[in-house]
Amino acid sequence: MPLLSLRNLSVTFDTASGPFKAVDGVDITVEPGEVLGIVGESGSGKSVAMLGLMGLLPPSATVTADEIAFEGRDMRAMSGRERRKIIGNEIAMIFQEPMSSLNPCFTVGYQIKEALKAHTDLDRKGRQTRAIELMNAVGIPEPERRLSAFPHQMSGGMSQRVMIAMATACNPKLLIADEPTTALDVTIQAQILDLLLDLQKDRGMAMILITHDMGVIAETAERVVVQYAGQQVERQPVSTLFDQPHHPYTAALLAAIPERSTGSRLPTIPGVVPGQGDRPDGCLFNPRCDKADERCRTVVPPRQPASLGEALCHYPLNHPASASAA
Amino acid sequence: MDAPTNAPTRASTTASAKAIVTATDVSQVYEVRRGFFAKPLGLKAVKDASFTVEEGETLAIVGESGCGKSTLARMLTMIETPSEGALVIDGVTVSGDDPGDLKKLRSTVQIVFQNPYGALNPRQKVGSIIEEPLKINTRLSAAERRQKAEAALAEVGLRPEHYGRYPHMFSGGQRQRIAIARAIILEPKILVLDEPVSALDVSIQAQILNLLADLQDRLGLTYIFISHDLSVVKHVADRVMVMYLGRPVEIAPVDALYATPLHPYTRALLSATPATDPASKGQRIRLTGELPSPISPPPGCSFNPRCPYANDRCRSERPELTTHGATRVACFAVEEGRIDGV
Repeated sequence: MPLLSLRNLSVTFDTASGPFKAVDGVDITVEPGEVLGIVGESGSGKSVAMLGLMGLLPPSATVTADEIAFEGRDMRAMSGRERRKIIGNEIAMIFQEPMSSLNPCFTVGYQIKEALKAHTDLDRKGRQTRAIELMNAVGIPEPERRLSAFPHQMSGGMSQRVMIAMATACNPKLLIADEPTTALDVTIQAQILDLLLDLQKDRGMAMILITHDMGVIAETAERVVVQYAGQQVERQPVSTLFDQPHHPYTAALLAAIPERSTGSRLPTIPGVVPGQGDRPDGCLFNPRCDKADERCRTVVPPRQPASLGEALCHYPLNHPASASAA
Repeated sequence: MDAPTNAPTRASTTASAKAIVTATDVSQVYEVRRGFFAKPLGLKAVKDASFTVEEGETLAIVGESGCGKSTLARMLTMIETPSEGALVIDGVTVSGDDPGDLKKLRSTVQIVFQNPYGALNPRQKVGSIIEEPLKINTRLSAAERRQKAEAALAEVGLRPEHYGRYPHMFSGGQRQRIAIARAIILEPKILVLDEPVSALDVSIQAQILNLLADLQDRLGLTYIFISHDLSVVKHVADRVMVMYLGRPVEIAPVDALYATPLHPYTRALLSATPATDPASKGQRIRLTGELPSPISPPPGCSFNPRCPYANDRCRSERPELTTHGATRVACFAVEEGRIDGV
């Protein structure tokens, strides 16, 4: 049984100029203990889908789905009280901006213990011990002293460690990390990614890692979902995604990374991600795709089989047969 | 401050006729007040930076937050004058003593900032944003200014009808194009690019990098490209200067730097950058700890608390830049041959 199973999850925002579908029919399954990467540019709906799952969206958002099941329990049918037992306890989330995720008015110790108070029945002393344990586990030196530090006294890397300590306070089965290292320097990013992967392995925790950085995906994820304008355009294991992308968007995204380019000019994707007003007919990627034809502009593309990366495309690239011939 | 071993190399680079920027022991000290009655402390954001930039090349300045790369950009664009040392741009010494010199230099050096959302005034139309440098620095008529602005728009790949629109009507990539148009309208020789693509998505980043490369070819610009993204730097730079806690620790041609990085910090930085290749994971050099406070830097080499090769000499003496082949590096471990594979 998968740990988390989302089927046909959509999120629609009511805006002044009509409804806007930020997430469009997303399917996600996460097995216990695996690392799933979700990659996409800004506006691809990768964060919104996860916020929708966590119930953290504003009232203007409507979340619909055919299935939202955590360990086989249907979360749509649950009361708010039951949901909150799972969220923050068994599913935890960390965010991009560690500095602004912490409340500047309280010490980090208070904030970690607050999470423990909400979700465990430890007494005051037990919470203190557990908080020190957690700070140790995430590699914060001198945890006893650091518990009484305020967020502004800590660096970005340290704040993110505190966030991770808080999120893992209840030994969650699933950790959703939304761009956990984007605001950090590369050497600190490497430390935080290692920490997350160590925790994930030690505790057998599953992780959904949301990022826009293909490098981070290559280093951490086992399976990858590529998202574009609210749709999942490709789903593949990480080992084959980088060599054999099946969706033209994935291929173009990989080609645009300076590290992978050879010439003096980078191959670019013309245009920008479609917004609310200019969603094209047919395939959402067709105005920017160099392989688009009349069918792409009119007919919504089908989901290809797993051998073609479940690409949402009429003409997927790198056919297994032709790839071996080429 | 000045090491005698270093002087000959510096003199020879200064003598080269092509150098458009020459910095000699440039420092920038900020006063930090800690409490009302406490004596202000000196925070050296940039310390004894010596380097040259040659005409038409792209020098990349790389480092983590707090390494002084943006302070250096502020000095190069004359937002601040260096508190110590000599900075010579296009034959003119930046000192702040003669306002006429600075005025002339300001049209020679222009800057593009990191965040295209914050760099454009939302109440100004694109046309007036782009024309503003002309209003301040030239005596052109309104019609001439408009003509120049439209030419600049075309140069950066925008259309003439964008002239009358407001910044909020543009995407991040287009706004960065507007910022670039504003920077090139005075026909500068040097463009300081302070993280020009780090706020943009990968596909937009590629468009802007290509635009910058085209402009450099067409207009013969010299770029000082400040970035923390080593894969972008590898693509755009001719030479790279790696900074750590206010000091350059390694200056090298781009190929040499990526093939054989010498300084332990450069090596750690390169291996910490995630490679877009799932097969290459798990061979990283791990740096422990974080950047020390620039208010009380560690004695000796400022990298020693995080360096796996540090010994007693590194903890007491400060290394100066010395020449190793095409690379100049400030490290005792490299000098003494204590690092494997160097």
